[in-house]
Amino acid sequence: MKYMNKFPAKGKFDGFGGQFVPETLMPALEELKKAYLKLKKDKKFKRELNYYLREYAGRPTPLYYAKRLSSQVGLKVYLKREDLLLGGAHKINNTLGQTLLATHMGKTRLIAETGAGQHGVATATAAAMFGLKCDVYMGTVDMERQKLNVFRMRLLGARVIPVKSGSCTLKDAVNEALRDWTTNVRTTHYLLGSVVGPHPYPMIVRDFQRVIGKETREQILNAEKRLPDAIVACVGGGSNAIGIFYDFLDDPVEFYGIEAGGKGLKTGKHAAPLCDGSGGVLHGSYSVVMQDKFGQILPTHSIAAGLDYPGVGPEHAFMKFQGRIHYDSVTDDEAMNAFKLLSETEGILPALESAHAIAYLKKMPRKFKGKLIVVNLSGRGDKDVEVAAKAMGVKM
Amino acid sequence: MSRIAAKFEELRRRGEGALIAFVTAGDPKPVMTPKIVKTLSKHADIIELGIAFSDPIADGPTIQAAADRALRAGTTPSHVFAMIKKIRQTSNIPLVVLTYYNIVLKPSLETFMQKLATAGADGIIIPDLPLEEASETRKVARNHRVDLILLAAPTTALIRMKKICKASSGFVYLVSLLGVTGAREKLSDAIKHIIAKAKISSKGRIPLAVGFGISKPAHVREVIKCGANGAIVGSAFVKIIAKNLKDERKMLKELGKFGKILKSATKNQRD
Ligand SMILES: Cc1ncc(COP(=O)(O)O)c(C=O)c1O
Repeated sequence: MKYMNKFPAKGKFDGFGGQFVPETLMPALEELKKAYLKLKKDKKFKRELNYYLREYAGRPTPLYYAKRLSSQVGLKVYLKREDLLLGGAHKINNTLGQTLLATHMGKTRLIAETGAGQHGVATATAAAMFGLKCDVYMGTVDMERQKLNVFRMRLLGARVIPVKSGSCTLKDAVNEALRDWTTNVRTTHYLLGSVVGPHPYPMIVRDFQRVIGKETREQILNAEKRLPDAIVACVGGGSNAIGIFYDFLDDPVEFYGIEAGGKGLKTGKHAAPLCDGSGGVLHGSYSVVMQDKFGQILPTHSIAAGLDYPGVGPEHAFMKFQGRIHYDSVTDDEAMNAFKLLSETEGILPALESAHAIAYLKKMPRKFKGKLIVVNLSGRGDKDVEVAAKAMGVKM
Repeated sequence: MSRIAAKFEELRRRGEGALIAFVTAGDPKPVMTPKIVKTLSKHADIIELGIAFSDPIADGPTIQAAADRALRAGTTPSHVFAMIKKIRQTSNIPLVVLTYYNIVLKPSLETFMQKLATAGADGIIIPDLPLEEASETRKVARNHRVDLILLAAPTTALIRMKKICKASSGFVYLVSLLGVTGAREKLSDAIKHIIAKAKISSKGRIPLAVGFGISKPAHVREVIKCGANGAIVGSAFVKIIAKNLKDERKMLKELGKFGKILKSATKNQRD
C-alpha cells in the first residue's frame, strides 16, 4: 500500500479524523479547506512561504551527525536540527504557513492553544511579523511550568489567556480556543498547533511540517548516499513526527513515534494514547484518546508540557492500525537522562519533548545496532531548564 | 406520533410556544435531579437533561461548572438512564438528553440509543455532531424511535439549513448567537435572521426551537414572536441551582417561580 498523497479522503484517514464540531464552525472549516486547497497550488503563495521559512525562520535546518552520541548508543545517529529555528522549535513551520493562509482569507486575529508554550511563541512570532492580533490560551499548570515562554509571548505582543478549567493543561486550552473561535469565527483564524482537531487541520499542519522530511531526505542522501534505516520522533499531537516521516512513507524506512510514558504506562500517569488508549472523539476528530469506560477524557501526566495531551492526530491512529509506524513510550526519568546525555555528549540542550525521542535510542530493537538513524530534534531546551533543575533536585 | 411531536401539536392548537428547560443531570447530585425535573415540569413543556462530559466545547462557564459538579458527584450515563426511568414512572413530559458525541460513541451507538429508549427518553441533542457526521447516528436513533435533534447556527447558509431541517427529527435547535451557552443580557441580532431562514427551510414541517443566551421572559416572548415554536432556557436555570446549592427547598422554589414566569411568556402571542 502507498501512503503518501492519498489521505485524507473525505476528511478521514480510513475512519480516523472527521469533523466533530458545533455547527457554527462547520462553514468556517469548509472556508478554510477551500482557501487552503486553492493556495496550495498557487506558485506565488509557495514562493512567499518559502521566502519566510528561509530568510526569516532559518530554513533549511542542518542535519547533524552526532558522533559522540552515536558511540554512546551504538547507532549512527543524525539529528535534524529543528531546535535551531526561530523560536526554538519546529512549530514555526506551521505558524508561518497558517498565518500566511489567514491573511489571504482576510482574517485579522489569530488565536492558538499552547502547552509547552512553543506553539504559542511561534504563533505570537508570526502574528508580530504579519501585524495580526494574537491571543494564546494556556492552562494555568502549564503557565507555571513554562514561565519563560509566557513572558516571551507577552514580549512578542500576544495576550496570554490563563485557562483554569478541567486539568488546566493543553486539552483545556484547546477547549477554550474552540469556544473563542465559535464566538469570533468571522474575524478570527484558529491557528491549531498540531495535526489534531477537525479536518482540514490534520492535513494542513502535516503539509506545512513536511518540509522537515523533504530536507532530511535530500541531506541524508547527500551525506550517506542512502536512506536511513529508521527515523525517530516524539509524539504529542504528532506534528513534528508526521512532518519528518511523511516523505519517507513509501520507502523501506522504519518509523518510531515516541509518546510520553510519564511515570510508566502501568501507573496510568502518562500521556500515551497510541500505546494505552482507545478509539474516541476529542477536539473535533475521531482518533485514539485516553478515556474512562464512560467516555470521559482522563487527566494526563508528562514532564514535557508539549506532550501532556490525552489525544493524538488521526493520521497517527491510522498508521498505528496499518502497522506502518511503530509507537512506543519513554518515561519522565528516561527523558531526563536523555536531556543530560545530549547536553553532555553534544553540547545541545534538547526540549524535554524532543528528549523523549533521544531517550528511545537506548531502547531501539537490537536489529538496529550500528544502523543509520535520524532523530527529529524538534526543539531546544532553554525553556525547560527550570523544570529540569527541579527534577534533578537542584535549587537555582 | 412521538411525545415531542404530540407536544408541539398540542401547543400549536393552544396558540402557545414551548418552554424547553435544560439542566445538567446529577447537578448538584444525582438524587436531586428527579426533584428538579418534577418542579420544572409544572411549567416547562419539554425537559432537556445534560449528561456531563469532561470537555464540553459548546458550553460557557455556567454549564461547565454544572458538568463539573455532576461529575464530582459521581454521575454516570447509567445514573442518568435510571433517573429518566424514575421520572417516566410518574410523568409523560417529553424528555430530551443532551450530551457530547464521545459519551454516545463509547458504549457504541446501538447500546447507548437502546438504553436511552428503554429508559423512556424521547430525543437526543449532540452539539458536536454536525450533519455530515450524523447519518449513522440518525439511523440507529430512528430504529429506537429516538428523535435526533440537529442544530443550526447563524453561520449556516440557506442550502445547508434546508438539509438540516430535513434530516432533523423532533425539532430543529436554532443556535441564537455566535458562541457558547450562557445567559446573556440582550438577545443577539442574529435571531430574526436565523428564524426567518429556518422558516423558509422547514416550510412548517418541523418545529423550530431557539436556544443559547435566552434567559429572560422578554427574550422568550421575542423568540416566539419572531416565529419560533419554542424557547430553550438552560444557563438561567442552572444559575439558580448554583446559587442555592446549600438550600434545596429554596432552589426548588426559585426554579418553580422562574419556570412559571418564563412559561407565561410563551402564551398569548396572537396579537
Ligand atoms: C519542541 C517540541 N516538540 C514536540 C512537541 C509536540 O508536538 P507535536 O507532537 O505536534 O510535534 C512540542 C509541543 O509543544 C514541542 O514544543
